[in-house]
Amino acid sequence: MSLTQMTTNSESNPSEPRSTVRALDVPLPSAPVTTGPAMADLPPSPVRQFLSSRGSGKIADQAFAGLMLTCALSIFAIVIFIATILVLRSKLSLHAFGFKFFTSQAWDPVSGDFGALPFIYGTLATSFLALLMAVPLALGVAVFLTELCPKMLRAPISFLTELLAAIPSVVYGLWAVFVLVPMMRDSLGPFLVKTLGWTGFFEGANFGVGLLTASIILAIMILPIISSLTRDIMNAVPNSQREAVLALGATRWEMIRVGVLRNSRIGIVGAVMLGLGRALGETMAVTMVIGNHAEINKSLFAPGYTLASVIANEFSEATGDVYLSALIEIGLALFLVTIVVNTIARLLVWAVTRGAPARVA
Amino acid sequence: MGVGIQVEHLNAWYGTTHTLQDIDVHIPANHATALIGPSGCGKSTFVRCLNRMHETNPIARATGLVKMGDVDIYKDASPVEIRRRIGMVFQRPNPFPTMSIYDNVVSGLKLNGFRNRKVLDETCERSLKAAALWEEVKDDLKKKSGASLSGGQQQRLCIARALAVDPEVLLMDEPASALDPVSTSKIEDLIFQLKSQYTIVIVTHNMQQAARVAENTGFFLNGKMVEFDSTHKIFTNPRDKRTEDYITGRFG
Repeated sequence: MSLTQMTTNSESNPSEPRSTVRALDVPLPSAPVTTGPAMADLPPSPVRQFLSSRGSGKIADQAFAGLMLTCALSIFAIVIFIATILVLRSKLSLHAFGFKFFTSQAWDPVSGDFGALPFIYGTLATSFLALLMAVPLALGVAVFLTELCPKMLRAPISFLTELLAAIPSVVYGLWAVFVLVPMMRDSLGPFLVKTLGWTGFFEGANFGVGLLTASIILAIMILPIISSLTRDIMNAVPNSQREAVLALGATRWEMIRVGVLRNSRIGIVGAVMLGLGRALGETMAVTMVIGNHAEINKSLFAPGYTLASVIANEFSEATGDVYLSALIEIGLALFLVTIVVNTIARLLVWAVTRGAPARVA
Repeated sequence: MGVGIQVEHLNAWYGTTHTLQDIDVHIPANHATALIGPSGCGKSTFVRCLNRMHETNPIARATGLVKMGDVDIYKDASPVEIRRRIGMVFQRPNPFPTMSIYDNVVSGLKLNGFRNRKVLDETCERSLKAAALWEEVKDDLKKKSGASLSGGQQQRLCIARALAVDPEVLLMDEPASALDPVSTSKIEDLIFQLKSQYTIVIVTHNMQQAARVAENTGFFLNGKMVEFDSTHKIFTNPRDKRTEDYITGRFG
């Protein structure tokens, strides 16, 4: 009945659609008897009138699509703009040192000899050490929050983690100077020498400031980002996946490993990448505790220097065009390091997940 | 071989809602038992109580006696041990999307620390054959992901996954409700073959399905088991007026 109504309304010739209905071999009451008088009795529908008076919205849709495209393209524009400016402003140093800039350990403003390697080392070493400490901890926090935490505790813990992310980095730096540095010098450092001294990573004088202290403060700073993103990703894993694992006789830990962590691994890598991004570029807190000494040293107690710290520390007092240009090239180096690290991470994800789809159905 | 299930005074709650009220039933071994009833009547809760999946929901609670053979599943064993012996197939196919077809099938064995490659390979083949999926996937067992299959194939993959751990009881919560008629009939054929080796409990909205595959049928209404009898009796000569009304489509 409803089918005949629809066809008689949409088609001007009622005999044609009815023949298609017959072809479907559906037993229908003859249309004119039931629909004809019923339709005539009804007042004109205001909803239908309103809907038919509206346009197709074609122009607005196209305008909207165009606007969104502009927004998306602006990302490309910004990246290209920044890269161009960095290259243009560091021309002097690019000419003077060439590729050697990235492999040279020299940083001598007096004689005008510059190289970025100690800074690249400092940035990479502190960031990866920070990841090494923060990722397991963040995963633990996220797993606890999504899978094990009693409902009552969930909100306060989530709130505190997010609060950690909102603290300005200079405050972390201050805390590190007054708490972490003495702790590293007096208790944590000696303990590490005693237990892990044989690795060779904990040698030389320990003044409290250095690569390890900077890494710890970085780890604390990226912990909330990684854990809150990972928590959201794990929350998004459908319950049916957890039940599927449990129904096979899995323990709680096995359920978390197979049903939750495995399904969210790509998102977790993404969260780690965001954390790494912050660690690579973090300036203030690191500058306050890393010791600011351009030198490559295997010992984690040794003072170091990062790409971001050297720009922050020396930009205002850079005398001479080559010195300034070299600092801008350091910025370029930081830009490149970030791109390279992200690319490697994406390649890793691609290699691991080849063949398997990324998302949970 | 399957094992029978004895249920006495089973009550279950979600929060304050009393979803199952005083269920008493005996589910015989190596038979298929169908559970029918309108939506929200407690069929799914009932099967979830049989393998203790019900209690994975933090607000859910259950009391009463459920005996699988001689084992009181709420007293004598942990949920993990119970679920190793009672397989479950869910309403919506839930293969592991990050695993290959092969890994999906043997996931239950691998979870429990089974590492013998040869046995794993054999189990995979046997389970996929039992689930009538072998011919369709045998060429890309390790190449394709479980999520790349069609809905009907995914559900048969989930059945294969449940069979791989060689359970004594197989619970199926509306296994064909999300599937097209062709896949549905494949799964019904499957149940027909499997019941010689397993005790099967199948929840279904489709009464023809119950009539086709099950020897016994239970009718649930508002959290109570109104009637439990041989499928033939339920569909031809039910004792209870409410059962008759439901079967003949007068409500629900």
